[in-house]
Amino acid sequence: MSAFFRVAWIVMKKDLTVEVRSLEILSTTIFFAVTVVLMFSFGLVVEGRAVQDVAPAILWIAIAFSGTLALGRTFERERHNDTLRALLLAPSDRPALYVGKLAGILLLLLLVELMLVPLVGLLFNAPIFAHPGRLILLLIGGSLGFCAVGTVFAAMLVRARSRDVLLPIMLYPMTVPVMIAGVRGTAALLQPTPDLAMAQFWLALLGTFDVVFVVLALWTFEPVMTD
Amino acid sequence: MNRLSVIDVARYFGRRKALSQVSFTCEAGEIIGLLGPNGAGKSTLLNILATLLSPSKGRVVYGERSAEDGGAEIRAQIGMLGHDLFLYPELTARENLTFFGQLYGLADVARKVAAALEQSGLAARADELVSRFSRGMRQRVALERALLHHPRLILLDEPFTGLDQDSVSALVSRLREQQRAGCLIVLATHDLDIADTVLTKALFLIDGKPVADHSDGRALRDRYHAAVRSAPARGGS
Repeated sequence: MSAFFRVAWIVMKKDLTVEVRSLEILSTTIFFAVTVVLMFSFGLVVEGRAVQDVAPAILWIAIAFSGTLALGRTFERERHNDTLRALLLAPSDRPALYVGKLAGILLLLLLVELMLVPLVGLLFNAPIFAHPGRLILLLIGGSLGFCAVGTVFAAMLVRARSRDVLLPIMLYPMTVPVMIAGVRGTAALLQPTPDLAMAQFWLALLGTFDVVFVVLALWTFEPVMTD
Repeated sequence: MNRLSVIDVARYFGRRKALSQVSFTCEAGEIIGLLGPNGAGKSTLLNILATLLSPSKGRVVYGERSAEDGGAEIRAQIGMLGHDLFLYPELTARENLTFFGQLYGLADVARKVAAALEQSGLAARADELVSRFSRGMRQRVALERALLHHPRLILLDEPFTGLDQDSVSALVSRLREQQRAGCLIVLATHDLDIADTVLTKALFLIDGKPVADHSDGRALRDRYHAAVRSAPARGGS
């Protein structure tokens, strides 16, 4: 088991080192996410007042779109010099490679959200600091579910010619439950009178989705990658 | 692993037949060349030998075991140098080798990486990004990456492409070293003149099928052209 996590750790560390050097994923993803939020604010904020209860949906739309962009890029890097083959050739557990890639992309997406959430709070007058602990858990849970499915699909499509088109087509229908739970849970927290019980319910549901998605992904990663 | 046996291997992609009826053995200390025009199935065969693809028919036996039986243990004994070099351009030569050394679970990675960099003649530039290296330098790093874990089976896909004369000589002498150490080496190449000086055996592939080689003392280039001429019309089978 320790070898499994050691491999996942070195794959994640390598991805983050490459990202720190190139800032390729982080810069494009942040730019894209901020643009999405600003576009919505131009349409939905009139005379400094935002349309009520739109902040959660806009936040999760920005997360889904920028997350898709990041997922596509992370495996594009492995395709470029065919390093994916070198990873698969190593005598390590192949699901550990998946966990390493997932952890790397999840960390990057959470970094993007660190900028995104205050921006949404500011532009749409959303009380993001009312229940920060629960909001953070919702963001982590939602992002994990989204990236867990997305990492498998992005890896699977790495050699497909139309991967940029296919990734969202495959990813969005599969992650609808995660998106619904994320939006509804966040809405329960950000509404004028927060409904903590409802937020807790969606959080528990997100946790369940995450477990199911991660287990399925670990189970399918090796067969999907080897043939 | 002292012997590699490829037994009646075929591989289909959908209805397209990429390989069929391929059989050969490779013993310790042999260098086998996979020769053939583009699309002949050389890379597919290398991927099957690397356990990255499974054959649609037939089997590959590594020593006494198949890839399914051996799994990670077999992969630990394989070193592969692809046409794309399997290196991260955003990392330095040392970081690339260290990453793969750790991935293979090697002990004392730092020392082994330092020795590999010394061997490749790149110790002085070990902390430079690989993206700044020439093709020949990257090839040398990639070769050390493939050999870092002392594999028994070495697979090389077009290893001489884009190299100058000095780099070719360095690569050839490194291969001979591995050959003397008893490694099994399979390489796919179009460079027939270089191949002629290193190969102990050649397998001519045309449209995924092996073609008879009449090793009658002629140069490899002549044998290759004779094999291509004797093959059925391309796409006809």
